[in-house]
Amino acid sequence: MSAHRSTVAAAVTGQARLALVGSPNSGKTTLFNALTGLRTKTGNYPGVTVARYEGVARAGGHDLVIEDLPGTYSLAPISPDEQVVADVLDPDNANITTPDAVLVTLDATTLGRSLGLLAQVLQTGLPVCVVLTFTDELARRGGTLDVPALQRALGVPVVSVTCGSRVDLGQLQRLLADSADWQRPVIAPPTEPTAAHAWVKSLTLRACYTVPVADRRTQRIDAVLLHPVWGTLVFFATMFAFFQIIFTVAAPLQDGVQSGFSWLGTLVADHVSNPLLAGFLGNALIGGVGSVLTFVPQIALLFLMISLLEGTGYLSRAAFLMDRLMAQVGLEGRAFVALLSSLACAIPGIMATRSLPSARDRFATMMSAPLMTCSARLTVYVLLIGILVNPDASVGPFGAQGVVMFTLYLVGALSAMATAWVFKAVSSRGGPALPFYMEMPSYRLPRARSIALSVWDSCRGFLRKVGRIILVVTVVLWLLLNLPMRGDAQLRSAGVNPADKPAAATSYVLDHSYAANVGHAVEPAFEPLGFDWRINIGVLASLSAREVFVATLGQVAAAENPDQPTKVLQQMTYTDGPHQGKKLFTPATTAALLVFFLYALQCMSTIGVMRRETGGWRWPAVAFGYMFVLAWTMALLTHVIVGALT
Amino acid sequence: MSIGTLRLHERHARVTPAARQPGAEGRLADLRKGMTAEIVDLDLALGDSTARRLFDLGFVPGARVSVLRKAPMGDPVILQVAGYEVALRKAQTQSVRVRRLS
Repeated sequence: MSAHRSTVAAAVTGQARLALVGSPNSGKTTLFNALTGLRTKTGNYPGVTVARYEGVARAGGHDLVIEDLPGTYSLAPISPDEQVVADVLDPDNANITTPDAVLVTLDATTLGRSLGLLAQVLQTGLPVCVVLTFTDELARRGGTLDVPALQRALGVPVVSVTCGSRVDLGQLQRLLADSADWQRPVIAPPTEPTAAHAWVKSLTLRACYTVPVADRRTQRIDAVLLHPVWGTLVFFATMFAFFQIIFTVAAPLQDGVQSGFSWLGTLVADHVSNPLLAGFLGNALIGGVGSVLTFVPQIALLFLMISLLEGTGYLSRAAFLMDRLMAQVGLEGRAFVALLSSLACAIPGIMATRSLPSARDRFATMMSAPLMTCSARLTVYVLLIGILVNPDASVGPFGAQGVVMFTLYLVGALSAMATAWVFKAVSSRGGPALPFYMEMPSYRLPRARSIALSVWDSCRGFLRKVGRIILVVTVVLWLLLNLPMRGDAQLRSAGVNPADKPAAATSYVLDHSYAANVGHAVEPAFEPLGFDWRINIGVLASLSAREVFVATLGQVAAAENPDQPTKVLQQMTYTDGPHQGKKLFTPATTAALLVFFLYALQCMSTIGVMRRETGGWRWPAVAFGYMFVLAWTMALLTHVIVGALT
Repeated sequence: MSIGTLRLHERHARVTPAARQPGAEGRLADLRKGMTAEIVDLDLALGDSTARRLFDLGFVPGARVSVLRKAPMGDPVILQVAGYEVALRKAQTQSVRVRRLS
């Protein structure tokens, strides 16, 4: 199983190792961040830690390695991420370093359930320290717990830590320094169901534990948000608002970034005299990479909204409401969350499938996740919708651009569902029926810090992608678009005077470049969709990452008019072939392109993650193949239908 | 297979058929919204690992469970058990025997 060699960031040896174990959503990751200062993503959704994370904490003058494990309800694993926990805590498993001690987080509001997990951890014989979380919420909801009595009854150290309290944390840090001296229970508690239940019962009695009443606030909110009618309406309204916000709020910010880059472009044009260098800086870097960077506001906003949904606890409710729909295609609510994460990026979505117990569900979800509209598609959609739809047009009270965007997201989601159904139906392996269960956390106000960190991390990830894959591919493309070099004599002999018409010279070089040869070579395949060689180049290059398409068209546009790239694209015409002189980005072609991007798997990173998660090239090859065929066919249909209508 | 893994396998719950008790006994799936019941036992049909998981989630004989909410079309349901809320599908609630409490 590939989960074993998952993201262990820094393998530090020779120091005491402590593992963090607890139920999903019991505050493990928050504690981990507080102890190590490392920023792992936290959310109010069970199952946020799907891989292992390590960090270093200082306690009593020593450095300790703390490992954050995925949340689990039991050490009897039924899903890959739970298997990781069971393996790490298994002293007989030679493949993984067993920790020297274990910190078990127990959610004080669900003590009756969490103590069962504690019993299983104590069975391993490792030194254990209990960290009680959410004691403040327990008190607020009228529950009681005598912490010293619990410690006496358990025979292991118990610390109560309210998130963010430095005093509590200090106490824990002092304990961490000497984990070898922790008190251990005389006999390990039983784990066999009947005996374990009796043990939990006696413990809760001795610790004067009273179960908290249901959270009033959560009850009141759920009465609306989970109402069969209102809840469903709110869900769709939320999703719709999501896309309207991406357009209306981010647009001015995006314009700002764009004018920043065109200012840079004029600087280059004025001050760099070497034409080759000016072309590289102006077209490849500013026109190409810069055009991708203008999408930072949209990406930030998208992640802000997703982490808000996650942090408040609404995501579990959405999964609950969607479970029935997912059941229709043979999946479960948690698969919905994996698909919803894919709205940000297919990679976390594919990683989130580790929380699915059934291997068939996992593969079906993994195959359909790349169809969900990810943030990389967002960049292409914004550009193409800008060409296709007039920004002032409206559908009823809503902006038409937002409506088209919503439709694309909807079609992506429905296609993902249909694909999941097909993969579920054709995979013949019949495993045992595994249970579906999903905890509904109380609504919590997400902490501004964790939201900000999540947004920052995503933006950083995007910038890193721009800095690596997109930059490299863009530079290579620029070379291909500008080579072979043409001297003035050559240009003149071709009937172009570079001194009189520099634009004509540029387009001559473009039209006879190596890239043009490649673009023309694949023309037979894409001609039915209305694509010309320039779009072909963009599509081929975007196989590395979708944003490259924006960078490619940005380069082509910047070569002609760096100030208004959208306008240039709108007025672009076919340079040769039967449609020569006609507009290139007709509604039919633009719509076909949108649909092509909706279905095609143009992302090296996704293919890489799929290979890692499935342990071979078979599934990524299947995904790439079926998505390409689907993309081509659907784009052709769109081209024909839209062409007939307009 | 290591000793630790073997030990884990032993932890699977063995479900035993319950002694039939008279009274308003039924299935968790049959409860209406707002009803509370006491868990009698888990059905053999669940299989060992699922039964163990439901046990670990707090579905323990003797525990109280209330139906808080049903999703549109009645499936899944949100249950309150062991002081928290959890959603289960009908496939599972069908296999939990309960005694209704007034």
